Amino acid sequence: MTKVTLEVNGKKVSKEVPDHTLLSVFLRDNLNLTGTHVGCDTSQCGACVVHVDGKSIKSCSTLAADVEGSKVTTIEGLAKDGKLHPMQEAFKKTHGLQCGYCTPGMVMSAVDLLQTKKNPSDQEIREWLEGNICRCTGYQNIVAAVKEAATKM
Amino acid sequence: MASLVGSRVERKEDGRFLQGRGRYTADINIANQTYAVFVRSPHARAKIKSVDTSKALKSSGVVGVLTGKEIAEDKIGGLIAGWAIRSEDGSEMKVPANPPLAKDIANFVGEPIAVVFAETLDEAKEGAEKVKVDYKVLKAVVDPADAMKSEAIHDGVDKNLCYDWLLGDRKAVDEAFAKADKIIKVDLINNRLVPNAMEPRACVVDYNTASEEITLYTTSQNPHLSRLVMSAFGNVAPENKLRVVAPDVGGGFGSKINVYNEEIVCSWASKKIERPIKWVAERTESFLTDTHGRDHVTHAELAVTNDGKFLGFKNETIANLGAYARVFGTVTPTYLFGPCATGVYVIPAAYSNVKAVYTNTAPVDAYRGAGRPEATYTIERLVEKAAMELGIDKTEIRMKNFPTQFPFKQTLVHTVDSGDYVAGLEKAKQMADYAGFEARRKKSEANGKLRGIGVSSYFEACGIAPSAAVMSLGCGVGLWESAEVRFNPTGQISVFTGAHSHGQSHDTTFAQIAADELGVPMENIDVVHGDTDKGTFGMGTYGSRSLTVGGIAIVNACKKIVAKGKRVAAKMLEVNEDEIEFKDGEFVALKSNKKKTIGEVAFACYLPGQRDEMKSPIPEGDEPGLIESSFFDPANFSFPAGSHICEVEIDPDTGNVKVEKYTAVDDFGRIVNPMIVEGQVHGGIAQGIGQALHENTQYDETGQLMTASYMDYTMPRADNFPEFNLGFTCTHATSNPLGVKGCGEAGAIASPPTVMNAVIDALGGQEISMPATAEKVWKACKAMKKSNAKAA
Repeated sequence: MTKVTLEVNGKKVSKEVPDHTLLSVFLRDNLNLTGTHVGCDTSQCGACVVHVDGKSIKSCSTLAADVEGSKVTTIEGLAKDGKLHPMQEAFKKTHGLQCGYCTPGMVMSAVDLLQTKKNPSDQEIREWLEGNICRCTGYQNIVAAVKEAATKM
Repeated sequence: MASLVGSRVERKEDGRFLQGRGRYTADINIANQTYAVFVRSPHARAKIKSVDTSKALKSSGVVGVLTGKEIAEDKIGGLIAGWAIRSEDGSEMKVPANPPLAKDIANFVGEPIAVVFAETLDEAKEGAEKVKVDYKVLKAVVDPADAMKSEAIHDGVDKNLCYDWLLGDRKAVDEAFAKADKIIKVDLINNRLVPNAMEPRACVVDYNTASEEITLYTTSQNPHLSRLVMSAFGNVAPENKLRVVAPDVGGGFGSKINVYNEEIVCSWASKKIERPIKWVAERTESFLTDTHGRDHVTHAELAVTNDGKFLGFKNETIANLGAYARVFGTVTPTYLFGPCATGVYVIPAAYSNVKAVYTNTAPVDAYRGAGRPEATYTIERLVEKAAMELGIDKTEIRMKNFPTQFPFKQTLVHTVDSGDYVAGLEKAKQMADYAGFEARRKKSEANGKLRGIGVSSYFEACGIAPSAAVMSLGCGVGLWESAEVRFNPTGQISVFTGAHSHGQSHDTTFAQIAADELGVPMENIDVVHGDTDKGTFGMGTYGSRSLTVGGIAIVNACKKIVAKGKRVAAKMLEVNEDEIEFKDGEFVALKSNKKKTIGEVAFACYLPGQRDEMKSPIPEGDEPGLIESSFFDPANFSFPAGSHICEVEIDPDTGNVKVEKYTAVDDFGRIVNPMIVEGQVHGGIAQGIGQALHENTQYDETGQLMTASYMDYTMPRADNFPEFNLGFTCTHATSNPLGVKGCGEAGAIASPPTVMNAVIDALGGQEISMPATAEKVWKACKAMKKSNAKAA
């Protein structure tokens, strides 16, 4: 067992977990933050993307113990004071989601893209999102959402 | 009040999904739950000589281990085929037993043999590794084309043949072919696909020892149907003791129609071990055991005249059912495929012959489009090839054979109520700048690239109906849909539907139509679905049926609310009922202009009296309350149609195919929410392009699935697509009062032939099979270079 202490969505948490506990499991099972989804177990689909110290990572292939002491932001921590983040607003406005399963990872990844590059081109958005699979939308409205958010962030 | 139907209303469901508040099955935990891990066959075909659970039972944390022996002893029924199909010779189809846990023989890699329950997931996994199964490995039958010549894998299923089905008239086809100037022939493989909903299947079961009720939370597209099957055939529990809840479900695409082994086993076991059970599939388990799609081997021919008129069509197909026949497995390659294989054309004579075979692979069932993508691929490859061989423009040959009169009695089964195929193709040509293609081709050529253009015109038959017709064709259930509208005393409205949303946006679309019918703000309406304890029985969501069948049940229930409201309002306003008009949520007495809002009427329905006076607003013959329901059974299928045009550019040095332009013009009748419909089309096209260029399910000759993860199965990514260019034409469906047609599958139906026609055009007519991967295309480019050099 390992004691893992993190700051998750602005709150300090500390849990005693088995050494091999993945960050996705830690978030979902230990903190009940079930907005982070697991879709593939092989770090391909990106449904599990969260931010660790501001950068997007795949929580299904990260050990919780490996990010000890980090600041983690999950989809639950993106809206502030009851107000949706511009990326969340943009996804809603452009119909960038259907079943909602890939959405948390997609949104977290897209937020990181705009932190990295302010006004990405369509091609740059599509390439950045290569690590996030969506089966519903055909990606078109996701690309539109990122562009929309770029005008607000 | 402006109509909400037709508006781009933002989705009601997005708030929860965007903030991580969706509640999917794997998000549910129940106090004291155990974790289930299944022991699965590593062999495609093997006799199970013995199963030794003794070591597993002693493993740390293990609560119980169950096998096929116990499930057979408890007389728990197996998985079922939903449609009975008859062969051409009149014999009934052959269906092998499909127990939830295999006891004597395993028939595909991944088939469950035993299950281990433990206190933690890790302990369950460890326990599962300690279950010792002694197998006698047998030679597997993998290739559907060889199945009929191979050893029978199921007792009593000669030649591995489930049925040999015929639709149409062989003699009439022979006569038509005798008159033809030319016979166009294609040999096609419709590649096997894995639906790959992003949410892996899961179930959580809670057995209540006091009420003896089982609650099953599961990833289902049709919870009521699951309950019916588990009760009637599975013998798991009577329907009134089984509650099935499909909460938020992360995509289905057909793969979550079936009741699966794990749901039956965990429900049965929860009662046995008197503990809640949680099971969540890993992605590889999903690949191995979710129902797959397509997998046809087809030879088809089209008889044509030199000026491009179609005279006759024949189609000989071998359809792979996989190891077992499941819910829509047997109907997908027959009634959902055969009738549509003549496409949007007037073809005087046609037949479709389908031989459905069993193989030692995962069961094959409905996948987005189910039969209609295979049909459209068959006819649209033929038509494009005919155009090429006859030297006629590919749009002209289509126009020449479109019906222009509606209703259109299609060759094999359907009477298509409405459509305008010419308008759709004309619009697509214009939007795609079809006329400018040659210039673009030359430009690509100058850059050393090969450019091709492909067209596909499709129609499809969805919202399968009416029940009497589908049951006469062998369907085990009726395909109506139900709705209940509960107008609550304080004005909020709950709309219960038997349809299920797993991405289709019912919370929004259904609220839009109910709001229009009742004249209340959409915010006052909650759409409730996915729980057999809430609302009436329903058939679920598949086959683009939710709006055309379920939506209409909502409209009809709302109309009953308004009709009753009118009677109550008339009494309240002391006028005759025919003097009341209902408009924008108000019942207005025409002469006096006195009014009652629908909210006031609802309130009066629940509180039918007043202080100091003995007076009821409820007319004689009516009852208090304001709840109405409807079961809608449409008179016919709905028939969306359209034309898609695709342009690809191929790099002959790498074989890479780039989709440069994609134009889709569809006719979905009246559109409730254009934003949502566009999203459905985008997703469908993407899945179809996936089939055409990227996705393939590959078993090796021993029946091992080689593509069982996202490392090996190519899921399309954002950078595989251009921006799709969508347009619509509109002819209203006459089979329902809204005039709507299904839109969920059209994209996946039209796009594979559109893309493949473009690729083959770029390759100078050289046939190539799906998926047109870089490797295959590169080889084709090399062959083309060689033959060009020879010609020169």
